[in-house]
Amino acid sequence: MRNDYHNPDPEKLVAMFERMLVIRETEEYLGAQFRAGELPAGVHLYIGQEASGVGICAHLGDEDWITSTHRGHGHFLAKGGDPYAMIAEIHAKSDGICGGFGGTMHVADVSRGILGANGIVGGGLGIATGAAFAAKLEGNGKVAVCFFGDGAANQGTFMEAMNVASLWKLPLLLVCEHNGWSEFTRSEVATSGRIIDRASPFNIPGFEADGNDVADVWRVSGRALESVRSGEGPALLVTYTYRTRGHVEAEVNFLSQPYRSEEEVASWVAKDPIERGAALLAQGGIAEEEISAIRARVKASIAEMAKRARSAADPDPARVRSMMFSAAEA
Amino acid sequence: MAIELKMPALSPTMEEGTLAKWLVKEGDSVKSGDILAEIETDKATMEFEAIDEGTIGQILVAEGTDNVKVGTVIATIAGEGEEASSSPVRTEPVEAPSLPSTPPEEKTGPSTSSGQTEERVEKPAATERASDPAIPAGTAMVKLTVREALRDAMAEEMRADDRVFVMGEEVAEYQGAYKVTQGLLDEFGARRVIDTPITEYGFAGLGAGAAMGGLKPVIEFMTFNFAMQAIDHIINSAAKTNYMSGGQMRCPIVFRGPNGAASRVGAQHSQNFAPWYASVPGLIVISPYDAADAKGLMKAAIRSEDPVVFLENELLYGRSFDVPDLPDHVLPIGKARIMREGSDVTIVSYSIGVGLALEAADSLAGEGIDAEVIDLRTLRPLDTATVLASLKKTNHLVVVEEGWPICSIASELAMVAMEQGFDDLDAPVVRVCNEDVPLPYAANLEKAALVDTPRVIAAVKAVLNRG
Repeated sequence: MRNDYHNPDPEKLVAMFERMLVIRETEEYLGAQFRAGELPAGVHLYIGQEASGVGICAHLGDEDWITSTHRGHGHFLAKGGDPYAMIAEIHAKSDGICGGFGGTMHVADVSRGILGANGIVGGGLGIATGAAFAAKLEGNGKVAVCFFGDGAANQGTFMEAMNVASLWKLPLLLVCEHNGWSEFTRSEVATSGRIIDRASPFNIPGFEADGNDVADVWRVSGRALESVRSGEGPALLVTYTYRTRGHVEAEVNFLSQPYRSEEEVASWVAKDPIERGAALLAQGGIAEEEISAIRARVKASIAEMAKRARSAADPDPARVRSMMFSAAEA
Repeated sequence: MAIELKMPALSPTMEEGTLAKWLVKEGDSVKSGDILAEIETDKATMEFEAIDEGTIGQILVAEGTDNVKVGTVIATIAGEGEEASSSPVRTEPVEAPSLPSTPPEEKTGPSTSSGQTEERVEKPAATERASDPAIPAGTAMVKLTVREALRDAMAEEMRADDRVFVMGEEVAEYQGAYKVTQGLLDEFGARRVIDTPITEYGFAGLGAGAAMGGLKPVIEFMTFNFAMQAIDHIINSAAKTNYMSGGQMRCPIVFRGPNGAASRVGAQHSQNFAPWYASVPGLIVISPYDAADAKGLMKAAIRSEDPVVFLENELLYGRSFDVPDLPDHVLPIGKARIMREGSDVTIVSYSIGVGLALEAADSLAGEGIDAEVIDLRTLRPLDTATVLASLKKTNHLVVVEEGWPICSIASELAMVAMEQGFDDLDAPVVRVCNEDVPLPYAANLEKAALVDTPRVIAAVKAVLNRG
């Protein structure tokens, strides 16, 4: 029987709303820390795009795989990654999820199926295809979800992944989060045609969702993942969204002139996925006080984790030469 | 040096067959892809095609002979005064071997004695080869080509571990562009022996992802020249994953295929990437010379939890060597091997350069120069201890490398000698490398650009001041 995925039930909506808030609070904190000079590096924030990652990952278990991008904090948290371990990593602490060896662009948690953010644009496409291949070979029912941007859709690896995944009917969901900008270049001047139209020549079904509406993303990705899990092969999902913050927080230090108008940004802030999520909760009969309580709880929780992360120990410099070869060969 | 043609195996489990028919005779010129003979078993008939080019020397097993054991030398090919081989370029595909199709049939024809199938080809007498201390003394040996040794290593590891699979262009139906994967599809099926589209970046990334997802991929590049399109995944995805994830994610994968110059395939198909990969932390880089090392190190590479770049050499694929007749011949990664003991000078090399070094050492012995020859085998981690111990003994170091001189393994070893063996050096380290140019096409230009034995001999004499 096909699941219609009409609307997420209130319990699911609350969970997704809370997960979006976790991402937002964490990243607002990280942005502020960067501006205060407290982070070792600039960060690529997912602010404005939270509904996309959260609506999709709500259908996944720890055993399913995802690959992410340089803008990977949101995917890490949406897939159930520990905010404390991620914040500690970005603060370069030994408690970090990668022990301070990875950093903002390499947050990974293999125990939760998070095969890493990736500093190479398009780098996750091959890896996710391989994870899907492993799932198919072992017949274990897992799926792989590859998050990438509209910029990465112009890398040749996008075609390579679609070709092989379709040929071998791999359980792979390709998610293009179309935020309209490749760094400082508008999508229209970098991309010919529509990205969604690139699926059908490979016999891959295409799905589109409002990437700022967590319920829509949840509905559409539910259908796409149902197709992927049925053994029919991969699917492409394009979520249309926008990053309301810069390409990287550090850009304020080097941009000589603005590359987009304040009006453009404001028009998307008005479609903020978290406020739209709150409105959906209210429509679903969740009381205003309850929504406020969720906001307060998440804010306090992230603030507490951030405080703990800041005071965690630095990595031991003696470990710099560790992990190079496995014990058998050392 | 004559190339031995051996009774091929239609599958890894085939032990013997009938040499049904010869399609060439002694003195015929052959090139890669020419059908030489028809081989039959009770299950199938296969056309046996030439991989190397040259002239048919002796036919050692007459047609119609039954029960010819796999690996028996059935003929020889004389090269053209040098090691000649061919390279299947994508635009000129060689004929695929016919797949098993003929139903079994009764053999009624006369069969000759198989007594004549013993090996008759004598290698040029090699002097004083040192045995590998990693192999127990007294171990029985079998003769295998490097090609067969690599295939057997993969087959053994695939039998032992269901997570191991082989993927690449032409590896399955066509049995490998260089026939290294011959018979694997037959035994392990299309689930684990997988033909890919021509999509190097795609399948290198797929392999890395499959390794992260719990499998043990063996990814064949038709040649490492084509891996240039995939080097991002080899370095950024495979090599760095364990370190940048803080040790939580491993990427146990083998990237393998031929590397280095072949013969007259021009600049884009002829280069040695060993120094490139050997410079990358997080990778293991192996580049064996003989068949025993090819087998023992391929098995170790597949078992490793680290990503391995395994650099083979097309010109060595058809050469035969003694391989330990052991059920599980595995060698340690990161250990060089003293191939020939000597006291006057240390010649260090790897891959095809080891053959040149050994030839040079044999020749120098006739002039009273006693050279020690070391095969590095693994290039990362580099076994500097073995090189430095030898230098301490001989006080002279020559590095032979079929590759460019700049930023090479040779230049790295010169630095190692200066940093850690300075007091042992009686003369500056000398490197013998290819000319610092893209490899030219014309045979005489190519010969001028590549390392050869006379250059090694001259370098040794120079370092010993015996010009």
